[in-house]
Amino acid sequence: MAEENVLFHHALRLGDDALILGQRLSKWCGHAPMLEIDLALANIALDLLGQGTLFLGLAGEIEGRGRDADALAFHRDVLDFRNCLLVEQPNGDFAQTMARQFLFSNWHELLMREIAAAPDARLSAIGQKAVKEITYHARFASEWVVRLGDGTEESRTRMIAGLEWMWRFVDELFDAKDGAPSLRAEWDARIARPLREAGLELPKPRRGILGGRVGHHSEHLGHLLCEMQFLPRTYPGAVW
Amino acid sequence: MTSSPHTSKLSFPSTQEPRCLEGKDETRTTVPRHSPSTHPDPRVRGDDNFDLKQRVLEILSHVPDPEIPCVSVVDLGIVREVHENTLYITPTYTGCPATLAIERDIRKSLDAAGFAEMTIETALSPPWTTDWISDEGREKLRAYGIAPPPRGAARYSLREDAAQCPRCGSMHTEEISRFGSTPCKALCRCLDCREPFDRFKCH
Repeated sequence: MAEENVLFHHALRLGDDALILGQRLSKWCGHAPMLEIDLALANIALDLLGQGTLFLGLAGEIEGRGRDADALAFHRDVLDFRNCLLVEQPNGDFAQTMARQFLFSNWHELLMREIAAAPDARLSAIGQKAVKEITYHARFASEWVVRLGDGTEESRTRMIAGLEWMWRFVDELFDAKDGAPSLRAEWDARIARPLREAGLELPKPRRGILGGRVGHHSEHLGHLLCEMQFLPRTYPGAVW
Repeated sequence: MTSSPHTSKLSFPSTQEPRCLEGKDETRTTVPRHSPSTHPDPRVRGDDNFDLKQRVLEILSHVPDPEIPCVSVVDLGIVREVHENTLYITPTYTGCPATLAIERDIRKSLDAAGFAEMTIETALSPPWTTDWISDEGREKLRAYGIAPPPRGAARYSLREDAAQCPRCGSMHTEEISRFGSTPCKALCRCLDCREPFDRFKCH
């Protein structure tokens, strides 16, 4: 039973990370600076929503109380969400969105490689599928960090500000209790290269903010859920 | 998120004639008669259920992909396995919105062919790869104006060489965006004939 519970929370965390970032990114649809970026962000959002659906579906299955992915996505309140704080951060400008994606996807890819090798076959199947998609996300974001960091004075200033904003939420990803501390060294090495290429320095160390994994979220998540959950909560059971 | 494809009232373009081909039946994949032990398709080979599988593959070779209607779900490698009375299908990308439409279309075809009792299950593992697109499927994609992924290239998915322009055949092309009109395609441009085109991403 205890083992089931651990697996349930594991799947819930993975599902919430993907769902919340997918919802965040889909706000760019129709607003991105160029058509190609619009397509890219919508595609990444779609991949994440797909992964979120699978992980939450699995969480519901493990829990065994009849909650499916929709029930978990739309009928939980903010305190019950277990995503990391990084993914709920506001989009800001394009550079801030790319900073978030860069830090997250490079971690997400490493994490998903581990999930793909997980002993639980269901978890592993989703991981194997997701890692192929996330590889694209990490590469896309890394390329934009280089382009913006090594671009104009304006783009560089914005990229630095975006990384500054997001940096506080990195430690949570590697937290000894609820994170993946073993991935830190490889992640550090992975993000160092694009930053070097962009001529950017690592943001100064700041005290990391934790709490997402135990339900202590920023105000931003409440607003996001309000919009995301409005329809199924107002019209429970509505179908197309 | 999840919803029942059977009760969906959304209309999908799946009933449209495939625009790339003339004539009605040309999307069908030829499934030649082979004995179970020599059948070229490993999903069929060496199975007691040979006749059933052959029949189901034949039916599904008439079901076009809703977003790329020149190829069937069999061509794309979405149809994975027939085991007893269950059909296993696999999504291309986890979030691909066509997945629900595909399941609905397959359900309709199976029902119409007298396989209403057959259940459809989604299998995620092993994950779908572009290497499962049949040679015939690759040719259909090219004829439709989509550069197909080279066979066996999936493991190099992030180091793709220049695509071949499906119109003029030139290798002198560039990628405009790695993300295209559907999750499975990238947007490219031919530097010789100047035409933009889609490329099926190696995956």
